[in-house]
Amino acid sequence: MRPEGIRAIVRDVTGAEPRDLAGAGQLEEGARVVAAMSGGVDSAVAAAILRGAGLDVVGVSMRLGSSSRRAEGHAGCCSLDDFEDARRTAVRLDVPHYVVDLRDLFQEKVIDVFVSTYLSGRTPNPCVLCNRDIKFDALWEWAETAEAVAIGTGHYARIRTSSEGFALHAGADPAKDQSYFLFTLTQSELARTLFPVGGLAKPQVRALAEALELPVAQKPESQDICFVAGTTYAEFVEKNAPAARRRPGVLRATDGRDLGRHEGVHRFTVGQRRGLGGGAEEPRYVTAIDAESATVTVGGRGDLDRSAFLVQDARWTSAPRPGPARVRLRHRHAPVGCTLHPSGATTRVELDAPAAGVTPGQAAVWYDGDRVLGGGWIADR
Amino acid sequence: MFLDHNAGGRVRPEVAERLSELLRSPLANPSSLHAAGRRTRALVEEARESVAELVGAHASEVVFTSGGTEANNLAILGAAAEAAHLVSTSIEHASVLRALEGAEAAGATVSILSPGSDGAVAAGEIVAAIRGETALVSIGWVNGEIGVIQPIGEIVRGVRAASNRVRVHADAVQAIGLLDVDVAAADLDLASLSGHKIGAPAGVGALVLRRGTTLRPLLHGGPHERERRSGTENVLGIVGFGLAARLARTERAAFRERAAAIKTKIGKALAASARPAVRLDPADAVPGTLSVSFPDLRGDALAAALDLRGVAVSTGSACAAGAPEPSHVLRALGCSEEVARGTIRLSFGPELSLEDAEQAARIIVEVVGAARARRQGESGAGRAA
Repeated sequence: MRPEGIRAIVRDVTGAEPRDLAGAGQLEEGARVVAAMSGGVDSAVAAAILRGAGLDVVGVSMRLGSSSRRAEGHAGCCSLDDFEDARRTAVRLDVPHYVVDLRDLFQEKVIDVFVSTYLSGRTPNPCVLCNRDIKFDALWEWAETAEAVAIGTGHYARIRTSSEGFALHAGADPAKDQSYFLFTLTQSELARTLFPVGGLAKPQVRALAEALELPVAQKPESQDICFVAGTTYAEFVEKNAPAARRRPGVLRATDGRDLGRHEGVHRFTVGQRRGLGGGAEEPRYVTAIDAESATVTVGGRGDLDRSAFLVQDARWTSAPRPGPARVRLRHRHAPVGCTLHPSGATTRVELDAPAAGVTPGQAAVWYDGDRVLGGGWIADR
Repeated sequence: MFLDHNAGGRVRPEVAERLSELLRSPLANPSSLHAAGRRTRALVEEARESVAELVGAHASEVVFTSGGTEANNLAILGAAAEAAHLVSTSIEHASVLRALEGAEAAGATVSILSPGSDGAVAAGEIVAAIRGETALVSIGWVNGEIGVIQPIGEIVRGVRAASNRVRVHADAVQAIGLLDVDVAAADLDLASLSGHKIGAPAGVGALVLRRGTTLRPLLHGGPHERERRSGTENVLGIVGFGLAARLARTERAAFRERAAAIKTKIGKALAASARPAVRLDPADAVPGTLSVSFPDLRGDALAAALDLRGVAVSTGSACAAGAPEPSHVLRALGCSEEVARGTIRLSFGPELSLEDAEQAARIIVEVVGAARARRQGESGAGRAA
């Protein structure tokens, strides 16, 4: 397709100019942009908008899974079928398309960390790591060598300029917002990143894919963490870690009672209700995990509530900003009021009201309205 | 500027012209008894003569296949009995390595030898690997990634001295366009050839099967190709292969000289850049292949940048999925991860002019320099939050 044709359709469906949607205001017409194409509909439409914006779009698919065969369980994304979908989309858009092999790095930076985090009794967030170390680092290295000035992805988030530089905002569609997964982006990374579908609602993205006759218009959403598709997290960890690294131990009640044994701390997440045995008069939850002693503590609903916690390896999109904010404790969690106390790489978060779901290992991301201020990793108690 | 000849060259204009003419002529099934069938048969046999002449074989020894992959599979799976022992090396083409795995799954045992760090396979090591039940030795004559030429004659002599029951197969796909391949002089039993490496369209190749060598066919059906490869002949491909073979035979020496000149030019240009590329081609390599590495950069990204500037190169052997795999050849030769990662392969065919090659070298130096400048600017500015 020619850029003019795409521009007309984008205007027609969304009422907006592709250049504005892409946030490409500062880029020259014809500047080269790498469009990360997973084979899904969001990244396909993002690539189309970039092309409609008059940019020199180079489509790239990342090979991340250790297997190239669907039969081996990489149903989530990055299968050969997904590359084929991305390639067909690139043909439809008339842009070049390449596949970049990042499997070794993905194994090291994402999968190995996922496994060892579970083994250490915490709950990992691989999507944040994949964005930080793969898409906006390794893929950028590729893009820069291939003479691109920016990367565009299909994330639902927005980048705006403010007095403090670039600001990361939630996507316009609250049901699809992915800003939580992007809190690590630095000023220089935001400066070279475009989120063309961030200002759109999912139904508009689908409608655009239909109107542009993209081959992936009808493709279903990908669910869950891509590399564990088709299995449970516990099974995945067990398949990828030697038995010697597992920490079987004791289930203990908050009052110290011994409730039996468990097969490994990696099978538990703080806040988890399932798999704790029945028989109790009121629901029981995992309230703490101590990998050192392999003790999983079990308590009632009220034992989950926390009023303050520490965040490690905290990153700020602009300068650290102590004071009131709202914090999101996991993807799709409605942010709650808090006060931030930054101190070097650590930030203490005091919640306005005690809340459940403060899970060690997960990302805590703080917002001012829909603007991401920063975030980090929830520390052990 | 096309510097990816080893993946498959362009169809030669003479071949294209002959084939478009042929497409409009009344061809028939060459096995048919009527006049049109006989005319078509004559074309196939004429081509067989030309292909045989290119490699010093007799026409009756040429079995046409769908390409080099099928020829390699036929040689390995068809020539070896199920419980046999097979000997090969770790730098062979995927169609050899995967076929060997297939033979292994069917009950054969396989010894895979590692070449030296210069890519050369020592004849002595091959001979030492031979056992009583060894049925086949399979060696690539010229490696497609680094261009190293194996001492085929010496290997065959060594094998013959050790045993008279072992057959020797050479994957000669990357050799026939540049070397004076003579299967009789080399005393080979089997040799794989491919049409699109010498200017025929893709989809045609041949297995040369020296007289007295028997074979179990992989495809079952009619008695085509003397009952060694069933299926109606790919007449257009075969005729194209025959014509390309005839042209290659007369022009091979001249092309070899020009390729050497091109390689010298490009090598000099790359050596003169700020941080010279690491050359991965051994002394004993064909002039048509030059693998170089820029260990501080990603070779796949460089290949894309060059592609977008009109210079076609590759990072190794082309893969159907389009995702460049880490090169098994470079890893087998003990290259560091950085060197393997930063490698691009330049390979040239007769259609590349010296001027275009020089222009390509200039662009490579420019793209590499620009990429280094950007990456340095990046780290200088600091990426920490």
